[in-house]
Amino acid sequence: MDEIFDIFLLEAIINGILFGGVLALLSLGLNLIFGVVDVVWICYAELVMFGMYTVYWLAGVYDINIFIAALGAIALVSVLGWLVHVLIISPILGTAPINQLLATGGLLFFLQSVATLMFSIEFRNLGLRLPILEFSEMYFSYARLLAFGVALVGMVVVYLFLTRTYIGAAIRAISQDREIMVLMGVNAKKIYWVTASIGGGLAGLAACLLVLQYDVHPFVGISFGPITFIICVLGGLGNMIGGFIAAFILSIIISIGGLYSEIEWGYVFAFAFFIVMMFIRPQGLLGKK
Amino acid sequence: MMTRTIPFIIGFLLVVAPFITPQYPLHLLIMILIWSLVYTAWSLMGRFGLVSLGHGAFMSIGAYVTALLWNYSGISPWIGIPAAMITAAIMAFLVAYPCFQFKIVGHYFALVTLALSEVVKLVIIASRDHTGGSLGFTPNREGDGTSFYALQFADKETFYFVVLGAWVLGLVIWRLVDKSMMRYALDSISEDEDASAAAGIHVTGSKLKITMLSAVLTALGGALYCQYQMFIGPEVIGGIGISLQIVFAVVVGGLYTMMGPTIGAIITLLMTEIFRNWITSLRTEGIDLAGLDTSIYGLMLILFIIFLPKGVLGELIDRLAGGRQKDTS
Repeated sequence: MDEIFDIFLLEAIINGILFGGVLALLSLGLNLIFGVVDVVWICYAELVMFGMYTVYWLAGVYDINIFIAALGAIALVSVLGWLVHVLIISPILGTAPINQLLATGGLLFFLQSVATLMFSIEFRNLGLRLPILEFSEMYFSYARLLAFGVALVGMVVVYLFLTRTYIGAAIRAISQDREIMVLMGVNAKKIYWVTASIGGGLAGLAACLLVLQYDVHPFVGISFGPITFIICVLGGLGNMIGGFIAAFILSIIISIGGLYSEIEWGYVFAFAFFIVMMFIRPQGLLGKK
Repeated sequence: MMTRTIPFIIGFLLVVAPFITPQYPLHLLIMILIWSLVYTAWSLMGRFGLVSLGHGAFMSIGAYVTALLWNYSGISPWIGIPAAMITAAIMAFLVAYPCFQFKIVGHYFALVTLALSEVVKLVIIASRDHTGGSLGFTPNREGDGTSFYALQFADKETFYFVVLGAWVLGLVIWRLVDKSMMRYALDSISEDEDASAAAGIHVTGSKLKITMLSAVLTALGGALYCQYQMFIGPEVIGGIGISLQIVFAVVVGGLYTMMGPTIGAIITLLMTEIFRNWITSLRTEGIDLAGLDTSIYGLMLILFIIFLPKGVLGELIDRLAGGRQKDTS
């Protein structure tokens, strides 16, 4: 009896880690934007939703090759991210931070309802069924393995971009000191544009991975939006490595919680864990004081 | 002269309103009053820079505690509502005390409270055996639907006065806070916490008091919503959607004035009603534009925050005050 139980627990933990890959990718984009522009995009998950629809339409309806569809989705969401910054964030960049959070919250409603208007509330899926991998009595879906792998590669690429390129260095510099870098001759506007586009592109990449596992509908963002913010805050807003670790901790909690009871309880435990952690480390796991 | 008589005229109109208006406008009026109470409750703390995205949680607690006590234990809402308000206060204390103690402010406070509203929503969904989960929950009707004991009224007129009373209570509390010493303390805290603490203000205590007061009033609003609509759902009165809606309505109306949240409730509710009716009438003609109403709503919210951050009433008062200053100089 004990042995079977442990197998289930191990399976839950591994599935949690695989799920954490996508969450880590989601929080990476949000963290990048927060760290550089100092704005929380409450509508981030809704951008992901648009990416999922793009893949669905291109690959599922127009029968375009799935990889080209994925690239299309990444490009489109990247442009969307840039538009969010140019149209909504930059006019109010100088006002109270909470206004920026609320303006993107308005965009959340807007994107949700535009999706309803354009695509109706039907649940849609690609109809792709990736095989299930069996490994010593444990079952893992290929979609999750693929998502995990791509998420890891995506994160390494972003890390290399930030540390090895000139513009990456400028992005890191501006996230450390907004005022001084402008005096040093860095074009802040350009940096913000690049960051918003990369943040959008990462949302697009996450969308391509999520559409393999989940149905897409206008309210899909609500189901993983809040957990993404929580991950970013838990890791320390703007701290990418912290967000990475937090994503895995929370996804394992969700997965194990879901093993013993309904999946909602897994999320309840994750959120409760977050609230408790905020009191122990208010600056986040790896945040600086 | 004018500014003194206007409140009396509005007060008179509000008292006679149920006797002269048809059912549908009366329903709208009741909804506006209930939401105004919730928005006013939010603005109590919101005006001091304590932006909470967790008020959906307090509303849900108010509604669900009252309804669950009534359905499962037969406890009258007259006891159930105070019990719900106390539960909300305890919840607010448990989350807010450590937040304030550890100086979680701004973005962080908003996101911690957002987590709270998600936790409450998910607990309601997960305990579906008792709460009905996502499908929602209906309090049992007592007799023919009108019962003072059960705080259920089949006619809208009686309920209108209950809600009107609660709304006035909310405004009175707003005014009392506005005139109190605590208001100056909180104003100074929102400017600079450390300096306020150095000046002898009990920072955590003041913030905690206003947060709990706000949570209690919000729970009252939630309970009244439940008693009036006789239906509640985890997404209908809680979760991230409602929490954001509360903040928006206040921002639209005006955060720093007593009537601002009420104006916000009037504007947002009328806007959604008009758009919804329009969409419904289009649907009868065979044009399905579901989602267009909320698209316009969302767009207007963005525009409001970009161009009118003080809200409609706040901007109006500023304009009038500006005009007056010119006159006197």
